[in-house]
Amino acid sequence: MAPRHLMSPLDFSVEELHKLLDLANDIEKDPEKYAHVCEGKRIATLFYEPSTRTRLSFEAAMMNLGGKVLGFHSADSSSASKGESVSDTMRIVSCYADIAAMRHPKEGAPLVASMKSLIPVINAGDGGHQHPTQTLTDLLTIRSLKGHFEGLTFGLCGDLKFGRTVHSLIAALSRYENVRFVLISPEELRIPGYVREALKNKGIPFEEVVRLDESTMKDLDILYMTRVQKERFFNEEDYVRMKDFYILDKEKMAMAPSDMLVLHPLPRVNEISVEVDEDPRAVYFKQVQYGVYVRMALIITLLNLEVS
Amino acid sequence: MDEQKKYNDTLSIGALREGFVLDHIKAGNAMTIYHDLKLGKLDCTVAIIKNASSDKMGRKDIIKVACPIDYLDLDVLGFIDHNITVNVIKDGKIIEKRTLNLPKQVVKVISCKNPRCISSIEQGLDQIFILTDEEKEIYRCKYCEEKYTGKK
Repeated sequence: MAPRHLMSPLDFSVEELHKLLDLANDIEKDPEKYAHVCEGKRIATLFYEPSTRTRLSFEAAMMNLGGKVLGFHSADSSSASKGESVSDTMRIVSCYADIAAMRHPKEGAPLVASMKSLIPVINAGDGGHQHPTQTLTDLLTIRSLKGHFEGLTFGLCGDLKFGRTVHSLIAALSRYENVRFVLISPEELRIPGYVREALKNKGIPFEEVVRLDESTMKDLDILYMTRVQKERFFNEEDYVRMKDFYILDKEKMAMAPSDMLVLHPLPRVNEISVEVDEDPRAVYFKQVQYGVYVRMALIITLLNLEVS
Repeated sequence: MDEQKKYNDTLSIGALREGFVLDHIKAGNAMTIYHDLKLGKLDCTVAIIKNASSDKMGRKDIIKVACPIDYLDLDVLGFIDHNITVNVIKDGKIIEKRTLNLPKQVVKVISCKNPRCISSIEQGLDQIFILTDEEKEIYRCKYCEEKYTGKK
């Protein structure tokens, strides 16, 4: 049977996605039940660019399931430094592991890897393109804490141009009824054309604004903050000009609705002041824990494992 | 000017016995199509008529090729300009008019311009573009989803 991969959050139907989130919630309730599900299995974490959270999250997920981990965490420590193609690396890794998670600075690299792979490949972030497991994490956090997606207003703030988590999240949330988006970014970092096109084609209401102020925040159920990503800029000067464009602090939080949740894919730099961390509406550290549960559920699902 | 028009209107190319005629090519595009269809590599007679008079278009280009229709990649032609008329000729007569459609995907014809796309570095990887919006004729790179913005 051909392996099933995860390249985009839309690879799962809405029903499959909810099954996955249900499984993640069950893991959260009773982690012991899943502690030996992956005994004898290995995950290869193929990280061509630095990442702390995503890689550790995959590795923790596999270890929590009783499996083992192998891999590399920079292109310099892989055969890519000798000029090996992604396809060749993946063919080889297929012989060593049962499932792989790949992060690559080039967009579409995990898709190319999946085309030659004999094992399931998970896109763990490809350039400024997609980051589906972050989206699964975000969806699990929102569903667990809000109970549903339908009818919610999502504010996405910061680097909406290169922020791949934003593109994936918008695509995934667009499948639910009566959702609305408020896209908050500097002019230069607005969402790419294809994301805007998709929203228009589906008739989903959205507005693009520059300021993060009371009038922008008053109707939000979720405020999803993002970091301006230094590594996506070709020009240092542009980065410096943009990096502190938004800072969410206590004062701004005072203007926000009492039940608005603040999410962030992390790492944060300056865009959320540390004083906000103690606010009960700040759930970005809870989000990290949900990330492990959802990756555990994903590994079980893609490996098609039975849990007794 | 009138003298030039007279020459243009009276230039005639011999009738084709077997092959195909690509008619209603936008004036000036014949050579691009000649290259994209790789007609230069075919061992057959090819006639290119530029700036012919057209009631519908004012001016148009025409290409006549004396070889079987199967030699022609209609998908590539559909991608370049699906308004071109393809006439199949047998025994000197038009026996069929083929309609061109926008192909669902275009393989190894155009390249992704996104410097962050994996296709910019991966060896032996086919450049593939997928038709994502038929109405607006939008093609996107299969790998990075970047819109193709080059001239068709």
